[in-house]
Amino acid sequence: MSKNLLIILLPLVGSMIAGLLGRRYLGNAMSRLVTIVCMVGALALSIQAFLAIAVGDAPTVREEVFSWIVSGQFKVSFAILLDRLTVIMLVVVNGVSTLVHIYAVGYMEEDPDHSRFFSYLSFFTFSMLMLVTGDNFLQLFFGWEGVGLASYLLIGFWFTKESACNAAIKAFLVNRVGDFGFALGIFTIYMVFGTLDYAEVFRMAGSGQFQPTVDFPLWGTVPTITLICLLLFIGAMGKSAQLGLHTWLPDAMEGPTPVSALIHAATMVTAGVFMVCRASPLFELSQTALNVVTVVGASTALFAATVGLVQNDIKRVIAYSTCSQLGYMFFAAGVSAYPAAMFHLFTHAFFKALLFLGAGAVIHAMHHEQDMRHMGGLFKKIPITYTVMMIGTLALTGFPYLAGFYSKDAILESAYAAHTTVGTLAWIMGMLAAILTTFYSFRLVFMTFHGAPPKDHHAKHAYDHAHEAPWSMRFPLLVLAIGSLICGVLGQSMVHEGWFKEAIFIAKGHDALAHAHHVAAWVKWSPFGMFLIGLALAWLLYIKTPTLPAIMAGHWRNIHQFLLNAWYFDRLYDRIFVRPARQIGQGLWQTGDVTIIDGFGVNGVAAMVGRLAQGLKRIQTGYVYHYAFAMVIGLLVLITVYA
Amino acid sequence: MLSLVTFLPLVGALVILLAIRSDGAARTTALGVSLLTFVISLGLLNGFDTSTARFQFLEEVEWLPEYGIAYRMGVDGISLPFVLLTTFLTPICLLASWESVQKRVREYLMAFLALESFVVGVFCALDFILFYVLWEAMLIPMFLIIGVWGGPNRVYAALKFFLYTLAGSVLMLVAILSLGYAGHTFSVPALMALPLSFSFQVWLFLGLFASFAVKVPMWPVHTWLPDAHVEAPTAGSVILAGILLKMGAYGFLRFSLPILPDASRFFIPLIFGLSLVAVVYTALVALMQKDLKKLVAYSSVSHMGFVTIGIFALNQQGLEGSLLQMINHGIVAGALFLAVGVIYDRMHTREIARFGGVAHVMPVYAVIFMIFTMASVGLPGTNSFVGEILILLGAFLANKAVAMVAATGLVFGAAYMLWMFKRVVFGPIGNDEVRAMKDLSAREVALFLPLLVLVFWIGFYPGPFLNLFHASVEHLLTQAAVVKTGAVTLAPF
Repeated sequence: MSKNLLIILLPLVGSMIAGLLGRRYLGNAMSRLVTIVCMVGALALSIQAFLAIAVGDAPTVREEVFSWIVSGQFKVSFAILLDRLTVIMLVVVNGVSTLVHIYAVGYMEEDPDHSRFFSYLSFFTFSMLMLVTGDNFLQLFFGWEGVGLASYLLIGFWFTKESACNAAIKAFLVNRVGDFGFALGIFTIYMVFGTLDYAEVFRMAGSGQFQPTVDFPLWGTVPTITLICLLLFIGAMGKSAQLGLHTWLPDAMEGPTPVSALIHAATMVTAGVFMVCRASPLFELSQTALNVVTVVGASTALFAATVGLVQNDIKRVIAYSTCSQLGYMFFAAGVSAYPAAMFHLFTHAFFKALLFLGAGAVIHAMHHEQDMRHMGGLFKKIPITYTVMMIGTLALTGFPYLAGFYSKDAILESAYAAHTTVGTLAWIMGMLAAILTTFYSFRLVFMTFHGAPPKDHHAKHAYDHAHEAPWSMRFPLLVLAIGSLICGVLGQSMVHEGWFKEAIFIAKGHDALAHAHHVAAWVKWSPFGMFLIGLALAWLLYIKTPTLPAIMAGHWRNIHQFLLNAWYFDRLYDRIFVRPARQIGQGLWQTGDVTIIDGFGVNGVAAMVGRLAQGLKRIQTGYVYHYAFAMVIGLLVLITVYA
Repeated sequence: MLSLVTFLPLVGALVILLAIRSDGAARTTALGVSLLTFVISLGLLNGFDTSTARFQFLEEVEWLPEYGIAYRMGVDGISLPFVLLTTFLTPICLLASWESVQKRVREYLMAFLALESFVVGVFCALDFILFYVLWEAMLIPMFLIIGVWGGPNRVYAALKFFLYTLAGSVLMLVAILSLGYAGHTFSVPALMALPLSFSFQVWLFLGLFASFAVKVPMWPVHTWLPDAHVEAPTAGSVILAGILLKMGAYGFLRFSLPILPDASRFFIPLIFGLSLVAVVYTALVALMQKDLKKLVAYSSVSHMGFVTIGIFALNQQGLEGSLLQMINHGIVAGALFLAVGVIYDRMHTREIARFGGVAHVMPVYAVIFMIFTMASVGLPGTNSFVGEILILLGAFLANKAVAMVAATGLVFGAAYMLWMFKRVVFGPIGNDEVRAMKDLSAREVALFLPLLVLVFWIGFYPGPFLNLFHASVEHLLTQAAVVKTGAVTLAPF
């Protein structure tokens, strides 16, 4: 068995062992140990692959594992494709996953059901690895839906809680809506190219061997590549929680915090970005699709940041922040700066996982309190957590020489340097979002760690007993903190021209990223200006005059409510989708089936049934087999004689 | 060989009738016979040549030569999988009723074995009259299983089932007789070559359609199914969903497409239309069901809508997807009915609202139920994914709008299944009755185990299954593409 295959299979093995044997035979400690050992093994192999392919210059690996589905011309295999795009994902996925496994040992300590939790975590990792290592669109889809299942299981991990179950279902269904588009995209690819293998599809697309337009229902004649890209992008919008299909992500915070860090920050939600980068040879051929990606990404970046401003649940703030940062990645991809998108995906994995795990440490310290209004002054109690959270915040907000400074700025510079209308629009929205990002991030830090300790009895009790997390939780925090400090510097070669080799294709003339290195100094430093503005505002409102936010919320009540309720998306969807679906279902059942079909169609028969039933009641008392065999034989005789 | 597989269960039934008095011995005998039948039917696979579309294991015995009627048996890559599905599911059904059926046990077992014989016969029959006889004969044990061992409203449900299917059968009989009269034979392979006129084909198609559509069931002749399922005992539901629903679709594949290709193509819009209504309409109806079995029953209608779309997409992916999906649905819907049966046996209710928090007391059950729920939703890695993706792909290649509407079934299907699962399995423990439930017994685990293996086997490595279909499906596609509007017709048409 090849080493590369082991990278994918080890987490699955761990998941299976913990899941099948954990509860009954292994117990909590062994289940944890088995999954963690498997994860460490997978991580070591991933790093080896990364060193060979991304640091060294080893060629792209392509291994077919076995043939999956064959039907006529339709042939799809399970395969492993390792190029520079994949190995980055391998390190991110296995790295964060391993740390989260370790962190969960401490965080889930009081939970009795370790084998199930660790089994799910490892299963998620397996699915995510399937997603990133595939060499065809169907395997991508396999992983895509697989991580959706893992997400569903983990959001609903505490299945006794009604809200957690509902959040899990919501996540699954909203993603299914995205997958609906994604599946149609895959079908269109097959229809046009006759294959789903990346290499073949991209080769034919690049050399123009495809029909230029497709007739599509409700849409008319559409340019082929635009259609494919937009359909695939609907899938990405679901998985990466972009505006319109984002509503599941904040609710997903019902899951345990390690899950939020792994799935809903560092890895799964970035799958959409990965997919767009992977399919860059297609997206590059459709300016329309790229523009849509840019606008949706930029809108999400700004939208989610506005909502993040007023949330009081510590995890929800970070969730909206994730949503917003994913928007950044998308609009980077939209202006053809895919390497910048991947770079931000890479750095974001570190600092966002750090922020979530740090928030988990806060929640752990505060006895499951998540409302920041019941926190304050915690930095004295948990200085290590405070330090790592501060590092994460600075990395996110783009403080010079930390992670975000490199990656987010590369995105903003690319948008600026694109010199297109949508590019400039994205740049403006991105700059505004940068102010908001800094504001809400420091608001979080200030509300949680600074100011006066909470007053009310319950919270005060929690505050008094707040303590640093155990070492199993501290270790991952420290690793991620170091990562957040240095991954920007280390990773910046990623955005240099040609680093991704053939894994990412950028069309001639789409040179936003190339130009981004040469933008004027004011463009380079303006994100730092945004940082300072955001920081100043946060300081003013939450340190200098902490009474001001409440006054402002009272004064602009409508705006505050609008933001607090996340622009009322949930209410809208409930009104136009959820409730009507139930009403229609009820109507079709009672009116369609019962009244019309059974009433009119079967009613006449039913009247007869009533009479017949009287006679047939004897069935229950007579010898059944008499009837059975008499009827069969009678029929045979009848036919034979009659014929 | 085919006759052996077909009639061994019936012989078993006779043995129970004549020689066995005790319930226990009857149970063991029935299970033994059905297992033996399964093993022998596996032998068919061994001798089956997947490289050809020809009918294999042919048997022919003169019956009424002057009318062209004979006892003709044979299987190809389209019918063999259904034979195996039947022989595979029957032992599971018998094992499932081991404890839950306590009255008239011997009669119950006999009815089940007779049912197996007739169903296998239906799939093997290559003579239209033989087919019809078995098709009708099969109704009787099924009718009795619902009507005698069913729930409180069983007589109504059994009659609704019987009358619906009988109404269809009458029209089918007319079609069969006129076809045989026109062709001077009832041999199915011979009829396939008959150059029928177009208008005659249209009438014949409608006659057969009446019967097949009821069996599938297609909208709007589906309302017998929820009632039949609700009243049927667990094993009855399994066999109903697992096998009997497949016979309508099998009829389209075996008769409509090859014998009436022009009419089949002509009616594609009708089939697509009804199927799409089924997919969306019944999915929405399923969402609102309060009874677990009704929910699964409506989901069956929705899933079978996919199958008929795939068949009439008339391309390799659609057809193979449909065939595979029928096997898949047999496995998954069968397992879901078993899963409902497990908690019904414990609480004697199927009302979703009465459950809640089952996962706390039955963790093993919860996992197994979850896997089949996910298989029903069509998650990759499970068998249904492969079937659904091939069907939708085939449909997309045939007609994009149809595929688009059908694909919404992916969202609706997830909605009703997950919501149901949440209300039954998750949440706090609903009441003391739930608290008192015991997890699966070894026998119950044994029921699910073979089904679980198949879910993942087909999900990850469907090759051996698809391989069975290839040659026959290719051949069927050439048959369905023939323009044969010839001269053969009957006077009034």
